[in-house]
Amino acid sequence: MPALDKSAGLTEAIARIGDGARVMIGGFGVPGTPFCLIEELVRRGPKNLTIIKNDANEPGMGVDWLLSAGMVKRLITSHVGLNGNAIRMMNAGEIEVEFVAQGILAERIRIAGAGLKGFVSDIGMGTLLAEGKQRLEIDGETYLFEPAIEADFALVHAARADAGGNLVYEATARNFNPLMAMAAECTIAEAETIVPVGEIGPDAVHTPAPFVDHLVALAELPEVYGVVKR
Amino acid sequence: MSSKDRMLARAARDITPGMTVNLGIGLPTQVMNFVAADCPVCLHSENGIAGVGGLAAPGQANRNLIDAGGGYITCAPGGSFFDSAVSFALVRGGRLDLTLLGAFEVAANGDLANWIIPGKFAAGVGGAIELAQKAKQVGVLTTHIDKHGNPKILERCTLPLTAVGCVHRIYTDMAVCDVRSDGLHLVEIAEGVSLAEVREATGAPLVVADGPMPTF
Repeated sequence: MPALDKSAGLTEAIARIGDGARVMIGGFGVPGTPFCLIEELVRRGPKNLTIIKNDANEPGMGVDWLLSAGMVKRLITSHVGLNGNAIRMMNAGEIEVEFVAQGILAERIRIAGAGLKGFVSDIGMGTLLAEGKQRLEIDGETYLFEPAIEADFALVHAARADAGGNLVYEATARNFNPLMAMAAECTIAEAETIVPVGEIGPDAVHTPAPFVDHLVALAELPEVYGVVKR
Repeated sequence: MSSKDRMLARAARDITPGMTVNLGIGLPTQVMNFVAADCPVCLHSENGIAGVGGLAAPGQANRNLIDAGGGYITCAPGGSFFDSAVSFALVRGGRLDLTLLGAFEVAANGDLANWIIPGKFAAGVGGAIELAQKAKQVGVLTTHIDKHGNPKILERCTLPLTAVGCVHRIYTDMAVCDVRSDGLHLVEIAEGVSLAEVREATGAPLVVADGPMPTF
């Protein structure tokens, strides 16, 4: 049985994302951030988005383009320390920010992708981050219920893909990408290289094709993907 | 050697062969430079690597290979890459023998505050809570006093906590202190620093054993 070719045009793929969508975006800092998909989303301009991403990138990069364009209503993230613009908008009440401990964020996303509604943990007990969370007692100890984070769309970045949608990430650009690819209703992946089906061996696949809906080839890699000069 | 380098070198001495270690963002990351190159240690960074080799040489940076602080690094032979869920499974599952973290405040009872200063700094907690709560040994690496001259080691933290009672050892430019059930023990003192100076700079009572105090 041949694999379906999931290749899609950038414009066509991103046009599916409308006002009020919940959008997961892969990446930890620069590595793994799908800058070209984000750039097209900005050009398209849907409003009131909920963005779920580990961090808010840096001023003038990635998530910051969405923030600056006034497209973001709510940001679910672990840390925005490298983006003073995001901190300013949060403090001014221009965006709502939900901070989630990094591994809990990852697991809440993973759990959604695994078709489950949540999990139980002791992370953050006795701190501000436990406030307002549902509590459960197990074997006489109190734990926190952590609900799954679901999304309408996931935007992910792969180093390589085959036309059927199998994805391979490189080094620390993997981070949240495989988790988000599983967690959203519709996963749009950009890939630096797309090879014919069969060229990525089954054992080498990081994200299996059934999790990927649309695959966008990057003709060239803009400078924003490069080494950040500080 | 500067007092800062002596502190970093002292913390590095507690990283022993066979350990899996996470060095927190900022000052703790610099401890890496004081671990012997031939010491078989696995350095974890929570963005998805076990086996950090070191900082990438200038001009040799791989755009896809950073640590959690955003620094460009190398991967040591035998290293591995993984996603963020696996990375924190490693942390929460208790595979870290040691983590070294920074602090705004650290208390004699082992409480740690290092992520939020209400009204001033609230950029998110990142991975600090899970590191602090689940590593087998938690060390705090900090200057003994803040830039205004106030002690960072207190009887109780005044800032919102990162984790409760998580800290085992505190390394500063003046001293090494251990958190024990009967209080905060001064166990080593920096060369050229007096016991009176350490007491003066510490916002909590110190337990000091009789006999000569080891220096570093």
